[in-house]
Amino acid sequence: MERRNEAWREELRTAMKPKERMAIERVKMNELDGEYRSKNSEEVNQGLTMEQALLEAKRCLDCPNPSCMQGCPVSINIPTFIKNIERGEILEAAKVLKQTSALPAVCGRVCPQERQCESKCIHTKTGKPAVAIGYLERFAADYERNSGQMAVPEVAASNGIKIAVVGSGPCGLSFAGDMAKLGYDVTVFEALHEIGGVLKYGIPEFRLPNNIVDVEICNLEKMGVKFIKNCIVGKTISYDQLKAEGYRAMFVASGAGLPNFMNIPGENLIGIMSSNEYLTRVNLMGAAKSNTDTPVLKGKRVAVIGGGNTAMDSVRTAKRLGAERAMIVYRRSEEEMPARLEEVKHAKEEDVEFLTLHNPIEYKGNEKGRVAQMLLQKMALGEPDASGRRKPEPIPGAIETIDVDEVIVSVGVSPNPLIPSTIEGLAVTRKGTIEVGDDTLQSSIPTIFAGGDIVRGGATVILAMGDGRRAAASMHAKIQAGEI
Amino acid sequence: MNKIVNKQHFSANVVKLEIEAPLIAKSRKAGHFVIVRVDKDGERMPLTIADSDVVRGTITLVVQKMGVSSTKLCNLNVGDEVLDLVGPLGKATHIEKFGTVVCAGGGVGVAPMLPIIKAMKEAGNRVVSILAGRTKDLIILEEQVREYSDEVVIMTDDGSYGNKGLITQGVEEVINREKVDMCVTIGPAVMMKFVSLLTKKYEIPTVASLNTIMVDGTGMCGACRVTVGGQTKFVCVDGPEFDAHQVDFDEMMMRLSAYKDAEVESFEHFKPMHNA
Repeated sequence: MERRNEAWREELRTAMKPKERMAIERVKMNELDGEYRSKNSEEVNQGLTMEQALLEAKRCLDCPNPSCMQGCPVSINIPTFIKNIERGEILEAAKVLKQTSALPAVCGRVCPQERQCESKCIHTKTGKPAVAIGYLERFAADYERNSGQMAVPEVAASNGIKIAVVGSGPCGLSFAGDMAKLGYDVTVFEALHEIGGVLKYGIPEFRLPNNIVDVEICNLEKMGVKFIKNCIVGKTISYDQLKAEGYRAMFVASGAGLPNFMNIPGENLIGIMSSNEYLTRVNLMGAAKSNTDTPVLKGKRVAVIGGGNTAMDSVRTAKRLGAERAMIVYRRSEEEMPARLEEVKHAKEEDVEFLTLHNPIEYKGNEKGRVAQMLLQKMALGEPDASGRRKPEPIPGAIETIDVDEVIVSVGVSPNPLIPSTIEGLAVTRKGTIEVGDDTLQSSIPTIFAGGDIVRGGATVILAMGDGRRAAASMHAKIQAGEI
Repeated sequence: MNKIVNKQHFSANVVKLEIEAPLIAKSRKAGHFVIVRVDKDGERMPLTIADSDVVRGTITLVVQKMGVSSTKLCNLNVGDEVLDLVGPLGKATHIEKFGTVVCAGGGVGVAPMLPIIKAMKEAGNRVVSILAGRTKDLIILEEQVREYSDEVVIMTDDGSYGNKGLITQGVEEVINREKVDMCVTIGPAVMMKFVSLLTKKYEIPTVASLNTIMVDGTGMCGACRVTVGGQTKFVCVDGPEFDAHQVDFDEMMMRLSAYKDAEVESFEHFKPMHNA
């Protein structure tokens, strides 16, 4: 917090009264028109203009105890980056972001800010909308990327210690970045043919363009991180082989993997698939393009089961692939939906129908085995359940039949057994997630650490990145202490 | 990386490729498969490993031209490289001394069967291999199969080679004349279905290696799901081999047709350009 006392910051604080700052209205994101964008893969959010960003930055009161920072899983120094924007030092703002986040341009786009930093903003305590921290983060990161003056974070002198990372998703990348900064020799092993994990195969182009992810990966390469694609630790190369090759420790960030299904009649009909399959075909394999070999079904009446971000990504993708009717089917009400508010808003603007308080109980197929109808049980909300959300209960006899020709099941994922099953002595939970110490992220094997969805079982990009950071700090401390 | 070092035509549409992949060659076991992506616009295609050479650092794949992706792969020549190759994937075959093992392979299914025949023989089993194809040209790897089998029975639909008849007839003849303790079957889904129905009748434990549609092949997409004993299983991580008597082959065959229209269309578009 010492930066708060720098002369320029004090000057900025006194240049405008808090009351005036509070009176400025929250900026609105510039977006492509709903009708236009629902037919292409262009990024929906267009970012803020310089003018908008400078004004929005003024709304931040530069609090002495900024509670927004407590809401950030990677502890970005939020007031410092925002005040740098206010004084026009955008590159400096980007530098502040990169001190603690390996992927600021990504976080600015996909973090659920309304539940994290922005939910703690001082403005919300007076009933006003929070400072648009996410928009400003994106603005600074994009400005830096487009400036041609992208700063590579400072890297300590090499200590020659080899570290292996399993998985190149947000968790693995954030770990790799922090370890490279500390001078480690980091190699990331990726099972797929692209680096980026869920950022590439999962999140669609219209929400997170691939070139933005690639720039961040390129930055990590500049910091000395090595990437090996098409390599599955535990299968292609064993952990023992890695140890023999001199790797001191390993961080497992292999992600959630297995898609959940609901195990209801007809779920294996043609045209019913997981959101992982649907999004992987479109995002990773480019199946919607004419020059690629991977096919994808382009349904006209598409139902997506679930209310999370992945469900929103799927239903909006279906719309872009030509669905006339694209529906979200969710068993609770809109209030309980886990998706980011912005995703729900965008989906609605793109004419997605929301069948909330509906739960599929059966699918019926045509003579070729392709799904033709879904039977939905209508629900009502009862008492709060273990998650604190009101439990949906079926309304007896209230069943609706809707014609569909494609169904995307997006009801969560289970841990991928590939890694846990191939390392002897690695303790896993009943659910199949890797057991780690709460603070250390160290597994039952002292040289193996783990984080992200393989530990959490299914969470967000930013929580995974937070794990990566914590694991790096913890592994570094243990190596320095000579424990591993 | 992933360079083709040897290529042999078994028939006009079936090709054997030996590909440089030292890490996979070292770690693979009978029953494992790989995912191949030929070029940057290519599909991820699962193929069961037919053989490997640890010293040369190569694996062997046998590929039949079926659609765009398999034809692209078959058209590669010695010295060419495939863009992406990852594995070994899936669970290895459960090998032990059962007694007498019947290995029933149809068409290119004989290729992934070969390492199983080898491993079963090395475990001390009496191995009777039944190779089947529509016609003589489609019987592959006979010589190598003979090397590790106690007996080889050849069946062709048209009688152009070996005995005339379906694979099930060959299997049943063996069952009728001697005690069979175990059966392994690999081939087209419909063939495995009928071999399975037959051995079920005689209560002979049977394993089938399933070749479903896959995208990533690492447990992520669920495209390969099948119903085994009433439960949904993923072929890529739970298989590819399952208790054949528990597999819902009808559902599997239905699911295999999911992209038929799209595949036919893209193959029609592809053929004139690639002389397929």
